[in-house]
Amino acid sequence: MITCAEAVRQLWAYLDGVVDEPSREAIEEHLSFCRRCCGEVEFAEELRSFLAAQAAEELPDDVRARLTATLEKLEPPT
Amino acid sequence: MTRDVSTSDADVRADSFRQLAESQLSRLYALARRLAGDEAEDAVQDCLLKAYRGFDRLEHLAAGPAWLTSILVNTCHDRRRARSRRPEEVGVDDVDDFSLFRRIADEDPFPYSDSLHLDFLHQFGREDVRAVLASIPELYRVPMLLTYVEGYHAKEVARFLDAPLGTILARLHRGRKLFERRLWEYAEEHGLLKEGARP
Repeated sequence: MITCAEAVRQLWAYLDGVVDEPSREAIEEHLSFCRRCCGEVEFAEELRSFLAAQAAEELPDDVRARLTATLEKLEPPT
Repeated sequence: MTRDVSTSDADVRADSFRQLAESQLSRLYALARRLAGDEAEDAVQDCLLKAYRGFDRLEHLAAGPAWLTSILVNTCHDRRRARSRRPEEVGVDDVDDFSLFRRIADEDPFPYSDSLHLDFLHQFGREDVRAVLASIPELYRVPMLLTYVEGYHAKEVARFLDAPLGTILARLHRGRKLFERRLWEYAEEHGLLKEGARP
């Protein structure tokens, strides 16, 4: 049995799929009865989605033109 | 004759590289903005030149996007190192016990909300999140961006950064905790913890 503190410490790694099998089982056992840690998991998932949804900055036309010009100027290696 | 064939092969390789690079320009620039800020364009330029010089080492074109990412990540790292900025480490004890979930529940900034935690996140606009991420030391910010914004698996990030997987996992852990704490601090400092602070 693990404590709430131990479960919370590993929650993101658990969601990332990078905990080992015994740890995964221990976390899932803890989540099966701990409502507060289930809330932590849901919030961690929200935070992950929140980060993933950060829009990428668009490539300005003038920067694209300069980068493309660099590519055009590449000489075949001799 | 042999020389002509060789030259033709070189031209084909150059064209192949240009096609790969042009298809990735937007993505590389967006990543460079996150990693190198205002130096993004220079970082992408450096990356393209380095990648072109090493293009013969790319065995499969399908691996090209990840290969370019790896070169860009290292280019940004080299540029930072050239400026002699030492990576700022943060002790685990400083952040390990912080839980944004619990802090929001304990402080209850929006007493009339029935979705308190989501309402907290909805206070943050794009520029706010960018500012919070920028405040995290690069040692932790770079693995976080690659994993949670760019969507790479921690094992790929370890390969990009040429670091053991355990090191990357530890940095991700600290980065996440720092991100949580700094979200809260930013919300406090910028008045986002008031009901109706943002429409």
